[in-house]
Parts: sequence; structure tokens; C-alpha cells
Amino acid sequence: MQPNLTHLRQLEAESIHIIREVAASFERPVMLYSIGKDSSVLLHLARKAFYPAPPPFPLMHVDTTWKFREMIEFRDRIAAEYGFDLIVHINQDGVKQGIGPFTHGSSLHTDVMKTESLKQALNKYKFDAAFGGARRDEEKARAKERVFSFRTETHRWDPKNQRPELWDIYNARINKGESIRAFPISNWTELDIWQYIYLEQIPIVPLYYSAKRPVVERDGMLIMVDDDRMPLNPGETPEMKSVRFRTLGCYPLTGAVESEAATLPEIIQEMLLTRSSERQGRMIDHDQAGSMEKKKQEGYF
Amino acid sequence: MAHQSDLIADDILGYLKSQEEKSLLRFITCGSVDDGKSTLIGRLLWDSKLIFEDQLAALESDSRKVGTQGGEIDFALLLDGLQAEREQGITIDVAYRFFSTDKRKFIVADTPGHEQYTRNMATGASTADVAVILIDARKGILTQTRRHSFITSLLGIKHVVLAVNKMDLIDYDQSKFDQIVAEYNAFAKQLKYSSITAIPLSALRGDNMIAPSANTPWYSGPTLLSHLEDVQVEQDAIEKPFRLPVQWVNRPNLDFRGFSGTISSGRVKPGDEIVVTASGQTSKVKDIVTFDGNLDVAIAGQAITLTLEDEIDISRGDVLAASDAKPDFADQFEARIIWMHEDHLLPGRPYLIKMGAQVANAQISDLKYKVNVNTLEHEPGKTLELNEVGIANISADKALAFDPYDENRHSGRFIIIDRYTNATVGAGMVNHSLRRATNIKWQEMDINKGARAYQKGQKSVILWFTGLSGAGKSTVANLVEKKLHALGKHTYTLDGDNVRHGLNKDLGFTDADRVENIRRVGETAKLFVDAGVITLVSFISPFKSERQLARSLVEDGEFIEVFIDTPLEVCEQRDVKGLYKKARAGEIANFTGIDSPYERPENAEITVNTSDQTAEEAAEAIVSKLEEFGVLGAWFPEI
Repeated sequence: MQPNLTHLRQLEAESIHIIREVAASFERPVMLYSIGKDSSVLLHLARKAFYPAPPPFPLMHVDTTWKFREMIEFRDRIAAEYGFDLIVHINQDGVKQGIGPFTHGSSLHTDVMKTESLKQALNKYKFDAAFGGARRDEEKARAKERVFSFRTETHRWDPKNQRPELWDIYNARINKGESIRAFPISNWTELDIWQYIYLEQIPIVPLYYSAKRPVVERDGMLIMVDDDRMPLNPGETPEMKSVRFRTLGCYPLTGAVESEAATLPEIIQEMLLTRSSERQGRMIDHDQAGSMEKKKQEGYF
Repeated sequence: MAHQSDLIADDILGYLKSQEEKSLLRFITCGSVDDGKSTLIGRLLWDSKLIFEDQLAALESDSRKVGTQGGEIDFALLLDGLQAEREQGITIDVAYRFFSTDKRKFIVADTPGHEQYTRNMATGASTADVAVILIDARKGILTQTRRHSFITSLLGIKHVVLAVNKMDLIDYDQSKFDQIVAEYNAFAKQLKYSSITAIPLSALRGDNMIAPSANTPWYSGPTLLSHLEDVQVEQDAIEKPFRLPVQWVNRPNLDFRGFSGTISSGRVKPGDEIVVTASGQTSKVKDIVTFDGNLDVAIAGQAITLTLEDEIDISRGDVLAASDAKPDFADQFEARIIWMHEDHLLPGRPYLIKMGAQVANAQISDLKYKVNVNTLEHEPGKTLELNEVGIANISADKALAFDPYDENRHSGRFIIIDRYTNATVGAGMVNHSLRRATNIKWQEMDINKGARAYQKGQKSVILWFTGLSGAGKSTVANLVEKKLHALGKHTYTLDGDNVRHGLNKDLGFTDADRVENIRRVGETAKLFVDAGVITLVSFISPFKSERQLARSLVEDGEFIEVFIDTPLEVCEQRDVKGLYKKARAGEIANFTGIDSPYERPENAEITVNTSDQTAEEAAEAIVSKLEEFGVLGAWFPEI
């Protein structure tokens, strides 16, 4: 029997429902834009939700100043093309202190330039709801996350005190200062995301496609030398390799994979034929057991 | 099996094309840790290639560290999400898992089976179309099996898989399996399932999980995975009458006015006549607007935007419906309720209910009975506690549009929100509307409240005196009434202690009784206001929610909260009735200010302090405030 709505159309409708619900229920929503593929899908869904009007909220990018250059170019191009109101926030305190992943380690860098910076920005603009592109299949701690995730005045997430969420009815009630993180693509998997990008021809950062890039191997990860801030260890010489990225973040913290996949079908093909999950390329998960859960409690997405 | 590796490798474009027609199935697994539930899901994920090498490496290391399979891979560890739970070896919340085959994508709601977590199971079941109920073949049907079945059927799940697990431990004994199935079928007759499929399994060994097992030659039914791939769930939402709950009014410019929402049932096409349920206004559908172009037809489940031929007033919360098949529209209805919070449900207390995009103030007007989730027996009860289920009449402050939940699972469902903590405290499913809603009308009198108050040269209000015991509420209220009387105003005082001698003498001091006490006093005060009288109420009323309940009974501006803000030390020093002494000595329990909190009013209309002011000065201050509020001047009624 033909399904009435295919799985992607059902996921799409669910996400649009959530995005509209947030826009209708909060005074100052914002869409957090990380420039990655999940963000690209989220943005696309937001455009669908309010068509023919533009989405009734701004986009915000929390810039750690260590993102790949191609990500920043892509961000500015997309915002201009779609006419989005784009806010870029950088933690200037962190910049003054010279915080960076090479000098301070991934943990402190992420904490100051990402988690703290995000809280700063949410406080500054008094946003009461923030959309994020997190998915439940990414990591075990996220499998239990709500679609409307309640955060205290200090942006903390309390896994023991989340509101039960039934059907498609979301409790949007908060007191002043409290907020909600909303995750419209909670129920999508990595494969769904790629199939949808392919089906809808959604533009994504070229770093996802394989190309010859200068990389060095460190702690078992291929790190791309994206600019001259990267100190090379004795004996390290960047090599040009055919690599691509399965996930995008700060370039010193994001591992590349060797690949020849230069088109969307090839990426999907590669993904289905290999058995390695996308977050493997992210250093923050490897710090300690349950590290994502700890970061979430502190306010990281 | 899972993904067709050959096609992926040889013809990725052909593969992607074949994936575009995949359907989606949401199911819930019910069972306790001991039933092997996590192992069952872990194996489904594993066999559909959704476990990656790095996760496998982590799994192997975890299995050695905390595994329960003697160093072998413990699939259950894939699922336990939060660190604390992982160490305790139990899952304590709903977790969602994903896997897919070439036919379907699956979303699994994984919920624990312990009694205290009925809440989580109801949450997981709310979005599921199929329930997989696990049974340990050695133990057969247990109390928890009945509980899981009841809750899933309560939430409207129609298809059940009876997963009789651990068959390897009973030597794949057919007669034991048949016995379990027969017992279950007999029990399940009272539940409204449309299909029950029993499968003999060993999740640990893989029997009948993906491939038919050689150990059960007597079983000819489907394997678990093939059943999940093929089970047909109700598609009849599309055959039901059209409903579109309006989520968002889309107005990019003056020329475009669209109504956005997700179609909850039926189908719609341009030219169809629709009705706005609340106002009864009708129009015809002009266009079905989407980002991908206008549609010729849209069906249940699609998120769309409609434009109409006529300019009619529609806002968020309205339900657009087929004009020849309107939904129910009522402010009173019977519902089954699942309570999800440590604070008990209290009949009479105002809650918020959210039904789709509709929000209303509502109270449980009558808790008819509780249902024991283990025995399904009806039991009497005054409140519902966490994880209890009951049947109740609900009374909302405005009419809501819905279809009974059993007729349409995408309608007639709501969550209950505490107005003060904002917690989601319960969930409900409408059984039917109460005819009373439309038949009992407020009797309009020709002489109304305004006319009565005008005759007395005043505006009728409630003066609600709140404060600690010994704060001086009654003293000040008495002085205020004397002053008003001297001014020729018509007054009456309802005293907290006095009403307990008569009207409320059947009530004690439990939470439920206290809410009822306040409700009766509030309702009585409301009648006095309707009579045009300035009504003074003197009541400790320590809880914000109680005062809010009284406030919600009358119109804006008719409730004046007078906070007698005398510090506890002063009250205790005065101790007019000797109660503080007794409370300190432990002779009185739950005494406000000592071992029970007093929630200070945040926005009282009037605040006085009898430690800085004399009672006389306080009364004077209150009367001049009333002057300011226009209570004492001539009050012009709306004609």
C-alpha cells in the first residue's frame, strides 16, 4: 500500500507544526544557526512554515571565531539571499582573554566561547525561546530530550525536572527570565537529514563535500589547517588529502574523514556503507563519560 | 533485511528513489528491565545497522565495565541515556530511538515498566500506533502486563504485539507459549484493540527477531521485524470529517490572509465549504498555500496554510471544520485523566487546559471515579495522585471544539497545566461532551448587578483580607465595615471562622477540603457582589492559588486583595488566640507561618501593615483607596 504521507513528509509536517507553535507562543523567539547541515534543514523548514511571509524571528549565530572560513562565507551568503535578519554574537570577554582551543583546550574553549557566549546572547536580546537543530539520535543523552526543553533563569537543564510531553501539544508557559529551547527536528536521523537535503536540494556548506584540503593527523583525527593560527608540532607538515566533514564546528576540534564523496548521493552512499557515527569527529564527546549530558545541564545545546 | 547493501553500493540513485516512498511507524515498547526490553530494542538497532563502529567500541568497553552479560555485548547499554541511570541500571524516562529498514522508518518510544512511571508510559503511548508488550516467558502475564495493556489502550493504541521473550529459557515450549497467549487474549477482550499479534522470541539469542527461528518450528507467524514492517495502522483519519486547528494567522501584507495549521483529520480542496466552529461563520476555501506551490488537495497530517473566499474573523485557537460535519463545541465534558505530578489533582482548583491551540481555564467539577491501573476496577476518590487514572467531568471557562478521542485520536486530547508552577500536571482524553453545557444557561435577570449597585450608590466588590493569623484581618475588616456603613454603603462580611460553623461545617483541613472551602466562600461572595453589596472576606488564605481561584470567579476590578502585611514576629507576640504557642509546642500541625508557608501576595491592590499603623489608620487607608478605585462613588451601570 502507498503511504499517504512518506516518512520525510511526515517529519517535515511535524517540524513545521513545532516551528509555528513556538512562533505563536513566545514573545521573542530566535533561531540558533550553526551553519551545519541540520541548521540548513531547520532554516528551510522555517521558510516553509511561514510562506509566503518570511519567518517572524531572527537567526543568531554564536561565533567562537574559530569556525571554518567557508562556514562564515556560507552564513553571510545565505542570510543575504533569503533576507534573514542575522545576529552574530561573539563573547568579547573570551576574545580579550585570548581564549582558543589550541591554547586553552577544547573544554574551556567550548565552555567560554560557546556555552557562556550563548547565555550572554540570550540574556542580551532577552530571547524567551531558542530553536536548535539537535536530534535525538545524535547522542544517548539527547534521546530523552523534550521538543520543548525547559531552561531555568540561569539556562540550566534539569533532566529530572522536564515536563511530560504528550501528542503534539507543547507546554509553552514560562515565567519571566525562564526560556524554552525548541528542537523541531528531534525525530530526524542523520539519514533523514541527508535524504531531505537531497530531495529538496537544500544548499549546504561545501566542506561536506570531498575536496583536496590541507590536513595534519593529531590524536587519531585529521585536522584541517584552515588558517595560520594553527601551531604545527615539530615534524608536522600539512598534507593535501581528499577529505570531507560529516559534522562542522570549530576547525581545530572537528575531524575530517578521508573520502572521495563529492556529491550528495555519494555522501549518502558512503554514510550507509560505513559504520561510524557523525559525532565521532567531535572532540567534546570524548572528554569524559557522560560529557554531553554535563554540558547540556550547564546550558550547552 | 535492513538496508539493501547491494543496491546502495551499485546504484545509489536507484536506492534513493526507492527510499522516497518509505512510510513511518511509531511504536512503544512496554516492559521492565528484567523482561529484556532494552536488549530487544538494542538488537533491532544493531540489525538495522544503526549502531556505528565507534558506538560499538564504546558499547564493548561499557559491556566489560558495567555489563550484565558476562563480558559479552550487552545491547541494553545502548539505550540507557543518562549517566546516573546508567549506573543504576534502569531507564527512568521516555527515550526515543530510531531505526529504519527499506520499507519503513521506525520511531520507538522506550519507556520503563515500573509502577511509578505510568506517566512516562502514557507519554510514550500518546504518539504511538503500535504497542510491543514484553512478557518474560518464564513468568507469564503479570500485573505489570495488565497495566501496560490498560495504559496503551487508554491512550487509544489499537495494535498490540505480545512479545513473549526469553523463550530460550523455557526450551521453546509451545504449550507454555499457547497458554500465555490464551490468558492474554481472555484478559484483553475488555480493551479496545483491533489486533493482537503474539510472537515467541529470544531477544538475546535473536530468535524470531529478524529471521524465523529454527528453534520454534511450531510457529508460522511473522518475525518481530517483518510484522512491524507490515502492520497496517489506521489510516482512517483521512476518511473523517475535515478539521484544521488554526495555529497561526499568516499576514505578510494587506492582500494575504492565510490560516496555518496541521490538518488533524479529513481532506480539503479549494471550493470546500468550511465553518469556524466558535463563531459559526462559513466561507469557502480559496487556496491551499504551501512553499512548494498551491495544492489541489491536502490530507490529514499535512501542515498547510488556507486562504478563504470571505474576510471572516479567525484567530489562533479556532478550529476550521467541514461545514456539514461540525465537531462538538462545549465548555463541559467528560474525560479520562492521567495525573502526572506529585501535587494531587484537586477538584475545584483552577487549572489551564491546552487542547491543540485552544487554551482555557478549567476545573475538574466532578471526579466520578478512579480506575485502578492494575485491576481496571473502579474506585471512589476525591483526588488523583501521581500516576493515577480517573474519569471526571471538566468545566472550562469557554467552549472548546473537539471530537471524542475514541472517534479521532488527533482531537479531544489535552494537557493540564498548573497555573502557578507552569508544570504539566496531567493529560486528558475527552469521552464526550456534557449536554448540560448547552442546556443550563445563566438566567439573565432584568435587574442586574450594575442596577443593584447603582441603587446603593456604590460599586459592588469583594474586599479579600489575607494575612497571617493574628495579623489583624478581622479587626481591620470590622473597622472598614463600620466606616463604610457610616458612609451609607451596603456591606456584608464573610468571616473564615464563621462560615465553618454552617455552610462549610462538613469540610476538614485536607488540601481538597481547603480548595472546596475557598470555592464555596468565593461563590458566596460572588452572589453578594451580584446583589450589589460590598463584600468583605476575612481569610488567612495562605496560598496564591487559592486567592487566584477566588479572584477568577468575579470580573476584572471586582476583586480587591487587601494584604494585612504584619510581620510574623509581631503576630506571634500578639498571639491573641494562643495558637502560635500551641503550634510551636507541636500541638497544632500545618500552622501557617510556623510549619506551613504563607505565600505573600505579589500584586495586592491594597497593602497595610498593622505594626507601623494602628488598626484605625489601616482602616482609614483602605477606605481612601476604595474611594480612589471608584467603589464608593456613584456607579453607572451599563444599560
